[in-house]
Amino acid sequence: MNNKIISPLEASSKVKNSIAKRRAKDNRLRLYGRISISLAVCFLLFLFYSIFSKGYSGFFQYYVTLDINFDRERIDPKGDLSENSLFDGDASVIVNESLFSIIQPTGRKEKKQAKKIVSSGKDIRITKMVKNNPSLFGTITKVKFALDDDIDSFLRGYIKRETPESERRISNKVIEYVDKLNEEGRITYEFSDYILSGSASGNPEMAGIKGAFIGSMLTLSVCLLISFPLGIATAVYLEEIAKKNKITEIIEVNINNLAAVPSVVFGIMGLAIFISIFGMPRSIPLVGGMVLALMTLPTIIISSRAAIRAVPPSVRDAAYGIGASKIQVIFHHVIPLAMPGMLTGTIIGMAQALGETAPLLMIGMVAFIVDIPNSIVDPGTVLPVQIFMWADFAERMFVQKTSAAIIVLLVFLISMNAFAVYLRKKLERRW
Amino acid sequence: MFNFYLLAGILLISFIFFFFGYIRARSLVISNQKNLHSLVHYYGIFSLLACLLPTLGVFFILTVGDDFLFAELIKEFIPDHVINSENYNFTIILAQINNSVDGLIFGTPPQWIKNASEIWKSWVHKSQTLTVIVCFLTAIISGFLSYKKINREFRSRNAVEKIIISIMALSSVIAILTTIAIIFSVFFEAMRFFALIPFDEFLFGTVWNPQFEGAERAGSGQEGLSQYGAIPLFAGTFLISLIALCVSVPVGLFSAIYLSEYASSKERAFFKPLLEVLAGIPTVVYGFFAALTVAPFLRSSGSIFGLDIASESALAAGFVMGIMIIPFISSLSDDVINAVPQSLRDAGYGLGSTKNETVMKIVLPAALPGVVASVILAVSRAVGETMIVVMAAGLAANLTANPLEAVTTVTSQIVTILVGDQEFESAKTLSAFALALTLIIITLGMNFYALHVVKKYREQYE
Repeated sequence: MNNKIISPLEASSKVKNSIAKRRAKDNRLRLYGRISISLAVCFLLFLFYSIFSKGYSGFFQYYVTLDINFDRERIDPKGDLSENSLFDGDASVIVNESLFSIIQPTGRKEKKQAKKIVSSGKDIRITKMVKNNPSLFGTITKVKFALDDDIDSFLRGYIKRETPESERRISNKVIEYVDKLNEEGRITYEFSDYILSGSASGNPEMAGIKGAFIGSMLTLSVCLLISFPLGIATAVYLEEIAKKNKITEIIEVNINNLAAVPSVVFGIMGLAIFISIFGMPRSIPLVGGMVLALMTLPTIIISSRAAIRAVPPSVRDAAYGIGASKIQVIFHHVIPLAMPGMLTGTIIGMAQALGETAPLLMIGMVAFIVDIPNSIVDPGTVLPVQIFMWADFAERMFVQKTSAAIIVLLVFLISMNAFAVYLRKKLERRW
Repeated sequence: MFNFYLLAGILLISFIFFFFGYIRARSLVISNQKNLHSLVHYYGIFSLLACLLPTLGVFFILTVGDDFLFAELIKEFIPDHVINSENYNFTIILAQINNSVDGLIFGTPPQWIKNASEIWKSWVHKSQTLTVIVCFLTAIISGFLSYKKINREFRSRNAVEKIIISIMALSSVIAILTTIAIIFSVFFEAMRFFALIPFDEFLFGTVWNPQFEGAERAGSGQEGLSQYGAIPLFAGTFLISLIALCVSVPVGLFSAIYLSEYASSKERAFFKPLLEVLAGIPTVVYGFFAALTVAPFLRSSGSIFGLDIASESALAAGFVMGIMIIPFISSLSDDVINAVPQSLRDAGYGLGSTKNETVMKIVLPAALPGVVASVILAVSRAVGETMIVVMAAGLAANLTANPLEAVTTVTSQIVTILVGDQEFESAKTLSAFALALTLIIITLGMNFYALHVVKKYREQYE
């Protein structure tokens, strides 16, 4: 130890001399703190910016307006609007003819290229229209068709005119056609009617998130129906009823451990138990919801227990004092008073479940499913998994669609979390 | 749909018994001019539960059990020449029959499969009728017995409470069951893997090159090339976690110090939730961000400096993962720093020290165990994180310490092996379970240690 005695005068001058340095050091730490926080916030903003700037345009796409001659003989040869009859009709040929009449391709090869300008969903569009509105037959109506994703990317400027033809995904001829359509003012940039109402598709211009969204909702409802009652029952049992002994201690340790198990492991468990042993089908929301329920259970239990613990003992004593039984105390007083906290925990758990991907990959919710699931036992997929699948596709247009899907997911997550915060602020009582 | 209607029917019957019980109890009150032991509605609830619970039990046993029973019974209908043939696999045949029952027919199945599926269908039909009859009988008998039980001496509230408490106790056992299920599903498959591949080869081998046995058998020149040395995976996981920590520890820790010691309460109320937003973003979004924004950015900026950065580099994945775990470190450290008693700070200020000196020499050393624990928890998060590495880190099992190259991790290998069609029984599929086992052991070990440290530290001040 350096215990040299110095005179007070010397000491005070020493302090005075060092004070500027010490203050500077202090300011430096404050600065580091500010820099770190602004870095973190910048990361967040940059993440949001990069997603939103890409995803914003994913809600829009290019359409071409064509005059369609709704000839009943050709669209609906049997005349009964049945699935079969419409399938036999040549709706797509009519669309092509209308297109050819504008851009005038010559020869088989050019026609083949020209056909690809309009998205392959054109016939479905026509048959849907006549099904909803049979009075269209016999008229010539302007109809908007989505453009093929390559043309879309070209119009957005991702495929450049200057690139040599051999390296471009679309030929010079097609560009010429598109220019022609553009000159006539037939190409418009509009809010996409596929992104929110379409389901998975290999053609990016027709891909939408409706199927995945409904799958997410079904999965989430299964998850909620299982984990909410189970979580609350467990929390009440551990806090209010169980005696503190070895068994409850084991349960508590267990719950804490489950909270730390990586989510992908829950998926493996779902695969091995629900699918291999119980023989449940793959890729159904029921199994997905069950796996997510087991995953979110610890979150709900832990926050519910905290909420129950926050209810003051005086409330219980008062209820016991007027002769209530233990269960009456719990159901009439403790649970209602702890409900805001329990709900907050549940919403946060559900938000976690909504964004979870890895366990659902394990139980096969990555299958390419075009049909929109109607019940919890129909094969389906969920939003995050849809995002994961789209992110892997090569077509440029999927990048925008993926970002648009992410925006929808984030909007849901943020509003769920905001609702949880609101609930906590609004209903939480300070004792 | 059938099950749904059946459940609705069972519920309806139980509610009818609720009213029976309720009315009987009320008429007892009126005829005796005296209150019963319990409130009247408890008698109704007792009837409802006594009717519902046994019926639900029967229902679940029947609906879950019938498939197993059918699977046993159907064995008789498989011809001998199939059973005696070399590549007889009952699971596959069962799947074929089930597909045929569901109307999914691939190619032309042999006649006996068609017959078996017809028999199966008739069984399903019979079992449905039987289930309905048995369930309704159980419901009515148990409901009637409970109804009979209601008299002046019967203490229905105690009975109802006992039932509720046992339901709660049962639900708390689910947590244990989940753990057992995880261990069961991972451990046994992992043991089967270690029966094929020696334990030390898995732990210390330096080449990871799993191949499906089908590919090996087909003579594609891949015979015997399968190697299951997990060192490259552990190294990749470690490398990515390390990069993530390099980003998140300084940012998270300084943010925590600033928020707890320097920031005004207004700033704190604004920035703390903002940081926690980072924890709420789904990992698949981070993965997308890493693969489509960060990785190309790193690649193009690397080429300016003449660096060749792989498009799926460890750096991109680690960096984005670092962003993801900032809030884990910042909010946990913030809690620990706040838990340091004010008296310690006051003592420091009393001696004339600046804020910096108080924080660095008093508060941080006191909070160090908690800060370490938060870092450990963040590491366990990083090790178990899946989507970011699947999307951004690639699948090449390189044994390298160069963050600019592609590496792979334990979790991304699990996902690639188990997603899609698998060949059960093959070493490749089983290796995913062995990887999962090591993953569980590592993360649980870290979690245990971190919680232990936090607990020990908390006791010091309370």
